Amino acid sequence: MSKILIIGQQAEGKLSSSIAKVVSAAKLVGGDIEVAIFAKDGSGAAAEAAKLEGVTKVLQIDRAENDHGLAAIVAPQVVELAKKGYTHVFAPGTTFGKDLLPRVAAKLGAQQVSDVMAVLGPTSFDRPIYAGNAIVTVEAPAAPAVVATIRLASFQAVGSGGSAPVEKISVDVALPTHTRFVKLEAQKSERPELQSASRVVSGGRALGSSENFKVIYALADKLKAGVGASRAAVDSGYVPNDMQVGQTGKIIAPELYFAIGISGAIQHLAGIKDARTIVAINKDAEAPIFEVADFGLVGDLFTVVPELTSKL
Amino acid sequence: MKALVSVKRVVDYNVRIQVKSDGSGVVTDGVKFSVNPFDEIAMEEAVRLKEKGKVTEIIAVTIGGAKCEETLRTALAFGADRAVHVKEESEVQPLTAAQALAAVFKKEEAQLFLLGKQAIDDDANQTGQMVAALLDLPQATFASKVELEAGKATVTREVDAGLETLEIDLPAVITADLRLNEPRYLKLPDIMKAKKKPIAAFSLTDLGVTPGAGLKASKTAAPPKRSKGVVVKTVDELIAALKGKGLI
Ligand SMILES: Cc1cc2nc3c(=O)[nH]c(=O)nc-3n(C[C@H](O)[C@H](O)[C@H](O)COP(=O)(O)OP(=O)(O)OC[C@H]3O[C@@H](n4cnc5c(N)ncnc54)[C@H](O)[C@@H]3O)c2cc1C
Repeated sequence: MSKILIIGQQAEGKLSSSIAKVVSAAKLVGGDIEVAIFAKDGSGAAAEAAKLEGVTKVLQIDRAENDHGLAAIVAPQVVELAKKGYTHVFAPGTTFGKDLLPRVAAKLGAQQVSDVMAVLGPTSFDRPIYAGNAIVTVEAPAAPAVVATIRLASFQAVGSGGSAPVEKISVDVALPTHTRFVKLEAQKSERPELQSASRVVSGGRALGSSENFKVIYALADKLKAGVGASRAAVDSGYVPNDMQVGQTGKIIAPELYFAIGISGAIQHLAGIKDARTIVAINKDAEAPIFEVADFGLVGDLFTVVPELTSKL
Repeated sequence: MKALVSVKRVVDYNVRIQVKSDGSGVVTDGVKFSVNPFDEIAMEEAVRLKEKGKVTEIIAVTIGGAKCEETLRTALAFGADRAVHVKEESEVQPLTAAQALAAVFKKEEAQLFLLGKQAIDDDANQTGQMVAALLDLPQATFASKVELEAGKATVTREVDAGLETLEIDLPAVITADLRLNEPRYLKLPDIMKAKKKPIAAFSLTDLGVTPGAGLKASKTAAPPKRSKGVVVKTVDELIAALKGKGLI
């Protein structure tokens, strides 16, 4: 039977919302599902993980060095833990998981499966390649373990009606001092988080300035939506990097997505393939975004968007 | 200080990918190939560090078949001083690539390893982290700013929450994100000069690497196609359509 170890991403005592989706993928593999929380004080996150339906046990590994979730620090502990009979090691397809898990896989001697989008069996998975323009089915060797990151947009979060036991353990390994955290500049926003929002409004290069982006924010606030952007809008400095949607930004799956002044380059589309409904507003009727939009409106965003906002 | 930069030959990012009808992969015959865009950014960063006097020698490395010499020539035109070609005609998976690259890094006694954060063909985003793990070196992935000082680097990383800054001791592995820099356009004289720069060749065996059991791809399929929707004429029509589907 499978025994799955999930790396429970946390920050400031809170469990990442991604973990409920990783558990969902793990349930499709079946077997025991254990979530390990590496933190300075993981009690809050561990309690949250214990409630996730399907989790059989939560392991809490408190250590001062774990505070910032640095890959070089966490990886040796995961490797040590993973050797204790786990058949699978899963992490979320967040920047945390992507940074950490290959470091674990290499130490275990496993080829990693990145961005699992479907679980076909304990060792068989679908994953996207070429910015999601092809889907490959891969069979991973069962030994030494199946190591995989989970593409969050492909799985529904499990509910939080569970009550798994939390076990405090220590993992005895020496940790390197060659990597030191300096600072995190995080954007504090009252708006819904881009990756879990059910509605997202994104703006592109057409916005022209950060000042003009307020038309996007106004529509988003009316819809209680999260806000995203194309790479061009981020590169031009209109909005911060954490708002980029696409192949190399965030992959999202909202119920409703607005692409405003975005042409629809394949790298951008890679981030919204799982959106339920796409609305495109663009002044160029030939823009590729219209090929994938459920509803398209050809027009100047600076007149259309304020009108839409005021009529909602 | 020596810097090693790895470059991979991939299908150009502008190519519309076609899946082969028998499901055995994607069409690569007659398709344009280029240097992986993230690797170009890594290469450009190395060249800038050399221009600032922080790096003394740049070595470009690739793994792949005979056609990858082109990729190395591009890296040499950017400003690499010499190149290493790890010759392997069959597909190389990330862990195997990382083992080979780690061996080259050791052999060269380099201090800095710059890679792209992912290759736009398999989108795996693993190799840099794996090299760092195999060599027990610090890693700073998804870098958007790199500053080198004596014996250490301060790196700003693009993470989901925003921008994270790390300080790492050298030698170290750094993977480049899109906003690290904008690669220069290559000039003809540099392309000509690159033709004369030396390329050393090795096999995986020369480097002591034997590929282990890898992932087996059983089938490649096209993603479900989104059907083209409707074009509405006015904002009122759009609102009515969204209301009709219960979306607002
Ligand atoms: C390796 C690599 C990775 C990449 N990763 C990503 C990624 O993750 N995410 C991403 O988004 N991109 C990514 N890109 C970039 C991508 O290829 C495009 O360059 C980018 O998405 C374009 O952004 P845009 O649509 O905002 O700008 P443009 O392509 O310039 O489009 C602007 C659009 O606005 C329209 N417009 C202009 N004025 C108005 C107006 N007044 N009203 C209405 N419409 C107007 C225009 O008709 C046009 O369609 C990547 C590229 C590479 C090479």
